[in-house]
Amino acid sequence: MAKVKSYIPSDFNIERDPDKCIACQVCVRQCSYEAHIYDTEEDAVNADESKCIGCQRCTVFCPTEALTVGPTSNPNQKANVHWTEKEIKRVLKQAETGGVLLTGMGTDKPYPIYWDHMVLNASQVTNPSIDPLREPMELRTYLGRKPDMLQFKFKDDGPSLETILAPQLKLETPILFSAISYGAVSYNVCESMAKASKAAGTFWNTGEGGLHKNLYQYGNNTIVQVASGRFGVDKSYLDVAAALEIKIGQGAKPGIGGHLPGEKVTEAISQTRMIPVGTDAISPAPHHDIYSIEDLSQLIYALKEATNYTKPVCVKIAAVHNSAAIASGIVRAGADIIAIDGIRGGTGAAPTVIRDNVGIPIELALAAVDQRLRDEGIRNQASIIAAGGFRNSADVVKAIALGADAVYIATAALVAIGCTVCQKCYTGKCPWGITTQHPQLIKRINPDIATERLTNLLRGWSLEIKEMLGGMGINAIESLRGNRLHLRGIGLTDTELDILGILPAGR
Amino acid sequence: MKKVYSKEEFCIGCHLCEIHCLVQHSKSKDIIKAFKKEFPRALKRVHVKEKGHLTFAVQCRHCSDAPCVAACLTGAMSKDERGAVIHDPDKCIGCFTCIMVCPFGAIQPDKRTKRIVAKCDLCPGEETPVCVVHCPNRALVYEERKEK
Amino acid sequence: MRLKSFEKDISGCSLTGFIHQDGRRVTGEDIMKSIACMHDRSNGLGGGFAAYGIYPDFKDHYALHLLYDSMKSKEETEHYLNQNFLIDMEEKIPTRKTPAIKNPPILWRYFLNPKRETREEAGLSDDDFVVNAVMKINSEMDGAFVMSSGKNMGAFKAVGFPEEVGEFYRLEEYKAWTWIAHGRFPTNTPGWWGGAHPFTLLDRAIVHNGEISSYGINKRYLEMFGYKCTLMTDTEVMAYLFDLLLRRHKLSIPLACKILAAPFWTDIERMEPREQELMRVLRIVYGSGLANGPFAILLGHSNGLVGLNDRVKLRPLVVARKNETVYMSSEESGIREICPELDEVWAPKAGEPVIAELKNKNI
Repeated sequence: MAKVKSYIPSDFNIERDPDKCIACQVCVRQCSYEAHIYDTEEDAVNADESKCIGCQRCTVFCPTEALTVGPTSNPNQKANVHWTEKEIKRVLKQAETGGVLLTGMGTDKPYPIYWDHMVLNASQVTNPSIDPLREPMELRTYLGRKPDMLQFKFKDDGPSLETILAPQLKLETPILFSAISYGAVSYNVCESMAKASKAAGTFWNTGEGGLHKNLYQYGNNTIVQVASGRFGVDKSYLDVAAALEIKIGQGAKPGIGGHLPGEKVTEAISQTRMIPVGTDAISPAPHHDIYSIEDLSQLIYALKEATNYTKPVCVKIAAVHNSAAIASGIVRAGADIIAIDGIRGGTGAAPTVIRDNVGIPIELALAAVDQRLRDEGIRNQASIIAAGGFRNSADVVKAIALGADAVYIATAALVAIGCTVCQKCYTGKCPWGITTQHPQLIKRINPDIATERLTNLLRGWSLEIKEMLGGMGINAIESLRGNRLHLRGIGLTDTELDILGILPAGR
Repeated sequence: MKKVYSKEEFCIGCHLCEIHCLVQHSKSKDIIKAFKKEFPRALKRVHVKEKGHLTFAVQCRHCSDAPCVAACLTGAMSKDERGAVIHDPDKCIGCFTCIMVCPFGAIQPDKRTKRIVAKCDLCPGEETPVCVVHCPNRALVYEERKEK
Repeated sequence: MRLKSFEKDISGCSLTGFIHQDGRRVTGEDIMKSIACMHDRSNGLGGGFAAYGIYPDFKDHYALHLLYDSMKSKEETEHYLNQNFLIDMEEKIPTRKTPAIKNPPILWRYFLNPKRETREEAGLSDDDFVVNAVMKINSEMDGAFVMSSGKNMGAFKAVGFPEEVGEFYRLEEYKAWTWIAHGRFPTNTPGWWGGAHPFTLLDRAIVHNGEISSYGINKRYLEMFGYKCTLMTDTEVMAYLFDLLLRRHKLSIPLACKILAAPFWTDIERMEPREQELMRVLRIVYGSGLANGPFAILLGHSNGLVGLNDRVKLRPLVVARKNETVYMSSEESGIREICPELDEVWAPKAGEPVIAELKNKNI
């Protein structure tokens, strides 16, 4: 039967400047989608634009900067704010395939970004700002359950501490690497995150991909995830980790489970995840042993028993409408840390409609959860990690001021090592070597270089956070945590200001 | 003596080392002119070998007891003060004996003239050879290693 | 008198205090001289005093000092007080007409104790009961504010230069073993009686020079424990933090000071193992109680006087001793004004509390 003719025009234009192109074929070799073709007879390079996904690998690698790759805009289509080109193309794709449209990374829809509507304070005159290059400025953060008060024995030679603190994670900076599974990304990416977190004194998260045996050596900096598919979960996995995270949901796709397309399940992935080669690894939507809050409590304590109460247990949820109530339940169920992932969170593969339409921004969820836990007097019982599209250190500072103890970054980490957010992770052909298992492509991430980039990113952000803290007259991060008086809103409605718990700029 | 070593686990087969080697040994040292305006085009001295997914760059190993220097009939192949093996094109008669004895296949004939040979000279005048500088993935390193 | 939006008051200013450790009581003349010497540190928009040992005849009663906007506020509050407390004596706080102190509110004091049945029904101790009452009056009774709520002590505050405030309240007629005083330099509010220092809760009174940049989180932390921060001044959180740490969590004064002015992690790492673990855990658990930003404070309580600076000492504090008396002040001049010859004078280090206690402690 003849194939249906595709009505879908190319997404991208490739322009090659003939005066600059030296036909070196770097673009041909670098493009994993085969959008550049070398014509031997003509000794020239041409393009098949229908294949181009706009990842910019070729433009970055072209030694003479002869290439420009940009989105097409179809002059033949009438301008329409409702029926945009994007929407039209999606309908056509489904007409041609009858399938679920997949995508990668976080939603790019123009929902308001509340970080960009908040501004920070600085101290002047009445309170000196502090120069972090000359004065101590402390970013150290401990994540875990804390008691409301401590028991002491007051002896002759001074007080002696009786309370034993619940296990804590010690971070030198309030930024961690969020869950990115081995499978969604290549081994080299995981290794780089592990090495960078060790160098920077923070942690990385295995996501639901399990932990490769060669990465066990980084266990002290590793948070292992127990997700609904329980991939890779066995005793040694739990024992080697610094903390355990039960993944209930993620911001990119609340309500559904993880998805690793079969193309990416190689031998190594199969061993680590304990599934057959080439099969799609689709995690179930719920944990099939957690259908209620008391079931969650059971799993939390099962993990604590299995690890002898020596490691903090974190529960990760997606930011949805009643996050505050859910979070309260989770804290009371015994979690030591709660991670909340907002609608801008990224993923290796998710249905486009879910990624773009389900969930709420992290700013609102974080504010609501922090306030609710305080109203109930239980805020000390669990630390909060906020996640979902943090782009820079100012976003981090604002999140901490709203109430987060620390922040998870994933998209920013991938961008740091080369990702251009082309959103095609699910194809397994990532030309940057990040979200692929192809033996030729995975070489493109050199762990030495990637580790350096990630460590640089953490260092740069940490220095900037120190500068902002100093500007506010604060020299310890715990004095910023939850201190909403250092935030002001700009261009927000009264309701939004109320939910965020901040005053408008000018007051 | 520092030499260029290849790390095949990081070579992405982009051939940028070849391109920049060519430019470095061109007349203009400008990439567009070197490729589009110079005739004959300059010769690259590093070659990327490919088999399946395996790729890596090969260039002269600047052996301490170089077979090509011993084999050269005219003394065009010699060792300079750095210890690098260099080629003098004026003395070369294009007999290709060096190509035959090189155990690494690091010497290439000039296919056009069928005479002069092109070989890595460790970019004299540069602090680091340009192939190393321009490798986007640190698959080429310039360092000193103990000879086994 | 409620402020509509949050106008945080900056505590610029002067503070001074002393304690006669032998329990010897003196009039308010010395303290007024001391604070008047530092006149230029205030701008006349607030001044206040706290004194300990001033009500020996009622030393087992809680002495509530209240200020009221109107008779209506007074009636509403007294109705509440009568329901919950046995008031053994109540009267106007004696004042004299002073040209500098304009439009004084109604100033009243009550010597009372919680009604036993009411308190027992609520399942609270005497102190908790009184604290609840103070929080309720300050947040719910319009136009009524509690200036002090301790036993055998009292706070006196107003809008004006501190020496004028002292004159207004006839402080030369009181005798106390501990006196603390404060002059304010607010940059926002036009001057509100409730906003002057000291801030008190039960028998603890704080005067503060500085600005707490961690106020936003200290406030929210205290609210989790039921405190209501209503007085629009960051000093309030200090008073409540000490109440929480010392009275409810039963920590010692040095430990409480190590929470407010926490040592740096690098310093903690150099401590002996037992102290190191203690300080580390203290900081981890009480991080939201760290008072960041510059401060010098004096904390008065029934058994002593404490002086403390922030962890990088960004405000002045000088301490001196002469025989049985310890002086603490923003400036040495404030001390020498009332005691020219001193046995020793020093400036305490950042974050190191100076603790002076009565020789014979009150139970």
